Amino acid sequence: MDLYEYQARDLFAAHGVPVLPGAVASNPEEARAAAEEIGGQVVVKAQVKTGGRGKAGGVKLAQDPAEAQELAEAILGLDIKGHVTRRVLVTEASDIAQEYYFSFLLDRANRTFLAMASAEGGMEIEQLAHERPEALAKVAVDPIAGVDKATATAILTQGGFPAEIREQAAEVVVKLWETFVAEDATLVEVNPLVRDPQDRIVALDGKVTLDGNAAFRHPEHEQLVDTQAEDPLEAKAKAKDLNYVKLDGEVGIIGNGAGLVMSTLDVVAYAGQRHGGVKPANFLDIGGGASAEVMAAGLDVILGDPAVKSVFVNVFGGITACDAVATGIVEALKILGDEATKPLVVRLDGNNVEEGRAILDRANHPLVTQVDTMDNAADKAAQLAAAGA
Amino acid sequence: MAIFLNENSKIIVQGLTGSEGTKHATKMLAAGSNIVGGVNARKAGQTVTIGGQELTVYGTVEEAMKATGADTSVIFVPPKFAKDAVIEAIDAEIGLAVVITEGIPVHDSAYFWAHAVAKGNKTRIIGPNCPGVISPGKSNAGIIPANITGPGHIGLVSKSGTLTYQMMYELRDIGFTTAVGIGGDPVIGTTHIDALQAFEADPDTKVIVMIGEIGGDAEERAADYIKANVTKPVVGYVAGFTAPEGKTMGHAGAIVSGSSGTAQAKKEALEAAGVKVGKTPTETAELARKEILR
Repeated sequence: MDLYEYQARDLFAAHGVPVLPGAVASNPEEARAAAEEIGGQVVVKAQVKTGGRGKAGGVKLAQDPAEAQELAEAILGLDIKGHVTRRVLVTEASDIAQEYYFSFLLDRANRTFLAMASAEGGMEIEQLAHERPEALAKVAVDPIAGVDKATATAILTQGGFPAEIREQAAEVVVKLWETFVAEDATLVEVNPLVRDPQDRIVALDGKVTLDGNAAFRHPEHEQLVDTQAEDPLEAKAKAKDLNYVKLDGEVGIIGNGAGLVMSTLDVVAYAGQRHGGVKPANFLDIGGGASAEVMAAGLDVILGDPAVKSVFVNVFGGITACDAVATGIVEALKILGDEATKPLVVRLDGNNVEEGRAILDRANHPLVTQVDTMDNAADKAAQLAAAGA
Repeated sequence: MAIFLNENSKIIVQGLTGSEGTKHATKMLAAGSNIVGGVNARKAGQTVTIGGQELTVYGTVEEAMKATGADTSVIFVPPKFAKDAVIEAIDAEIGLAVVITEGIPVHDSAYFWAHAVAKGNKTRIIGPNCPGVISPGKSNAGIIPANITGPGHIGLVSKSGTLTYQMMYELRDIGFTTAVGIGGDPVIGTTHIDALQAFEADPDTKVIVMIGEIGGDAEERAADYIKANVTKPVVGYVAGFTAPEGKTMGHAGAIVSGSSGTAQAKKEALEAAGVKVGKTPTETAELARKEILR
């Protein structure tokens, strides 16, 4: 889960990383109140999970609380690269002497963590890595040894941080590492990390990504989910514990196993090229179990998507037996009754496939068509979606 | 021959007494795997009967190895306890640890991987979040259904469980030396490259099928490796061409970030290394069939 800047800032503050005084506001009045509390000049920043806020007019300097309110009014609701601004962060306007870059992240290729540091902060990291790769230090971090002050200092030296502030900056880096580990983050990025005229080091902007697999030891992370910004179908699926991603096509997809479902989306997209350009409407992995309840919950979510014109159920019976899946489909259609209105193309293969197909044949449901291979079934589902569109 | 697992493998199950452990140990035994015991500190000394066979539960992996000569552990313990379970297996220096558990925090996986490296990589780790490894007709360590197909001359390495089953099914008339599910997490032990290296060295493997998916750059690195080191024909498949940027597609590691980790880039890298890449699983199976019949 990617966090908003204000959420990252809260986590930083909780772990002792210096941040500017500030508060999040979801309406202009709150922004004004925050500016009054802070006093003096403030910065009003759009809270969106995308880069390029400044260029889009989402970051402005206000001289006083009245102007903060006006700016918040203009920024709230602003669409930045498809992200609607629902909140602004109001912070003290800082005096910046220098801008740096610092991050900790997961390095998948090397199966470890990586620290990235540069004395040239402020610009997007991709741009920095591309234009001035020699100015960006990349240092592997041992997950067991972690980052103490000596390690932090060494990383900063490689990143070209000036000697006179390395001590202060190293203390901040150690706290960022503590944040990274304690919060089970896969990314903690500060850009810019700034030095003010008094040589204090402050995290001015932050990006944090949290590991969803670690949710069991962070019940408090649940409240960081922005339910307002969630797709309603994704929210509904999540409430039913389904692994669902909304896409923008017409063929609803249900399958078992992440790889097979991704593959199903691709095969449907190819088939769609022959049938009016229809595309997959979603990713939905019902996992190994595929009980009637899970199948019904899945179908319910997919049929709740008005864009869906046909549904492709693609199951390979590995652990799960196809007869159990077939029973699940039949029972699910009973549970849904009149709510099931779109044609279903079912492809079953693998464990107990004959029994599974026989169960669907016997049920003889008017919406269900069985096709025996994945490629042909995808073609049929695409054809039905094109006909129903 | 086979890779990583054969008829002589002696298997223990960490988490044997849990529901998943018991269920899959039963299936493994039915497939002919030589399971010699289980591990659960709280049930040490007990005996359980699984699939008609009496199995002793040991307190630690080390004890189990001493008592049984086990060289392989299959780990079914829940995410919360998985890190300690894997570290225990590494400390006991067991040859192979197959981590089936899905949902392990990546900080835990990175930690036990670093621990394995620090201990000199004496334990081969497969997974986490994987279906395990099967050498049909010889042994099965994990949850891959043993009844899909039998022994043959194809070697399969895959990030995905169900695509492994699908591919084994498509090529069931030919059969496999070994099928390895390496798992869909961002940090895994055994990689595509490790499996490619082992299949290249295995005289019984004639054709290698490699299944990848979006996220990371493991397939690109495998492509480089194939170009430089693999002489056997390799057929590939990549899932996730239609996956949107920034969304996790089921597997924790299956995510396109910005412009990196796309299926297209992986396909192109593999093709540039001379790998024939199928558009669908069925087409991929056909490519493999042509290679084996060549």
